[in-house]
Amino acid sequence: MDMVIEAEGIRKRYGDQEALRGVDLSVPAGTLLGLLGPNGAGKTTTVRVLATLLEADAGRASVAGYDVSTHPREVRRRIGLTGQYAALDERLTGRENLQLIGVLHRLGRRGAKTRADVLLDRLDLGQVAARPVKTYSGGTRRRLDLAASLIAGPKVLFLDEPTTGLDPTSRLILWDMIREQLAGGVTVLMTTQYLEEADQLADRIAVIDGGRVIADGTSDELKAKVGGERLEVTVQDDAAIPAAVTALREVTAMEPAVERNGRTLSVSLRDQLKTVAEAASALDAAQVRPIGFAVRRPSLDDVFLALTGGTTGKEG
Amino acid sequence: MELVSDVSALFGRHMRHLARIPEKLLSVTLMPIAYVIVFGVLFGSAISVPGSDYRSFLMAGIFTQMMLTNVGNTALGVAGDLGNGVVDRFRSLPMSRSAVLIGRTLSDVALAVIACVAMAVVGYLIGWRVHQGIPKAVAGFGILLLLGYAMSWLGALIGLLARSAEAVNSIAFMLVMPLTFLSNAFIPLNGLPGWLRVLCEWNPVSAVVAACRELFGNTSTGTGKGALPVQYPIPLSLALIALLLAIVVPAAVGAYRKAAAR
Repeated sequence: MDMVIEAEGIRKRYGDQEALRGVDLSVPAGTLLGLLGPNGAGKTTTVRVLATLLEADAGRASVAGYDVSTHPREVRRRIGLTGQYAALDERLTGRENLQLIGVLHRLGRRGAKTRADVLLDRLDLGQVAARPVKTYSGGTRRRLDLAASLIAGPKVLFLDEPTTGLDPTSRLILWDMIREQLAGGVTVLMTTQYLEEADQLADRIAVIDGGRVIADGTSDELKAKVGGERLEVTVQDDAAIPAAVTALREVTAMEPAVERNGRTLSVSLRDQLKTVAEAASALDAAQVRPIGFAVRRPSLDDVFLALTGGTTGKEG
Repeated sequence: MELVSDVSALFGRHMRHLARIPEKLLSVTLMPIAYVIVFGVLFGSAISVPGSDYRSFLMAGIFTQMMLTNVGNTALGVAGDLGNGVVDRFRSLPMSRSAVLIGRTLSDVALAVIACVAMAVVGYLIGWRVHQGIPKAVAGFGILLLLGYAMSWLGALIGLLARSAEAVNSIAFMLVMPLTFLSNAFIPLNGLPGWLRVLCEWNPVSAVVAACRELFGNTSTGTGKGALPVQYPIPLSLALIALLLAIVVPAAVGAYRKAAAR
């Protein structure tokens, strides 16, 4: 398949700290690769190298068919970058921001104006276009920032934590915008801390930790790595735990894991329906009245925790 | 050609700021006017220098002091763009690399032009006159603006290296204070002790101030003999500014290339 983003053995060192220790990535045309990892894993550094902002110490990378270190300008003509914070001029209006970026993208004054109007309309920014960006809400800013990275119709889009700090509605709007770009054939590399976001948008996911890609695959492939479905039983008070543990152990011949608050037990399910039925009657016989009884597929959180050894962080 | 179009787009950006940021507009109108009134009228009424009235003598110093404020103005703007990711965006565009700094420094010089006009008008109202003809006066302003341009590039370098507004403010202050006051901007140097006088005479600011006084015809007769920059202020101020630009411009462009925010 045609790889639009390719990286091989990218290394980057800041002083005595190795930010990237040999990152390999490849993203096929028109797909989204989710780059998932804890803080300081090297997600942003990877994006900055691929977007030609940062020169790698070693390794080779190409974007849209051009080598990032030997032909950075050709790469820049074909990419759009949305960083962790909206990189906009606060004092200019939304329209002026887009026009400025368009002119600097060599669309010409008229071309930049036309393109800005198209994007403002398409991203539903028409009403706020004449107001200075400093009056915008966080979600509107991000939308404008994404519009700015789309101004020259990029082939490749780099999104570095595009929805960090956004409310759920704004996040859904941004997700739709990203899906629209994918449908239009744009290739996307997106970093995120939100596992749900990667699950929702990514064709493939690469998990990065300590400056290295430690796992990659589709969301389902990654989930399969940490095992199948589990039955979760939550009880009301601590007194019921021993009886519940005994009942589940008898049914599954395994030691149930005690999770989170200490009142949730979980066992892995081999023969789903049969084990669920048996567990239910065993609990009933032991007079345990669970307040939660659910079959759960592993989430990306589980994958993430299992792969990174529990060093996850939610904030940016 | 590409450079020109990039620079003009960015120049337009900064000119829009002038209309949108009240502090910025005040800093090129009210502040220079206040400088002229405070230094010119208050000090000018209390002190006298031989051969010239102190007010007229002071004007070149006040103009020059205003040019030095470009260090802080440019540095703050550059640090701000670095901090909020605007520089990252520019660096991801297929534009020419030096355009961002050229656009910024040129627009800060354009602001200095506005400040000069405001100061000249107020100066005229309080009795300052040029005595060597308009062409020479224009040449004097040319030297002042060249100094302002060099100071903007110095500010760009400081902004790129210091990154935070707080650091920029204190560095600019520590730099501009001695440059202003260890010079002939506000005082004739012949009354100073020997070593201090030599130091002040070699301050490039002194050369610029002396050049302007000569071109405006506001010299004091009490200057006497001194170091080269005081004897030949016009060529030496140009040479010192050129030297400064030759050092600071490549350094700032280099710092911009490396200004990957983290």
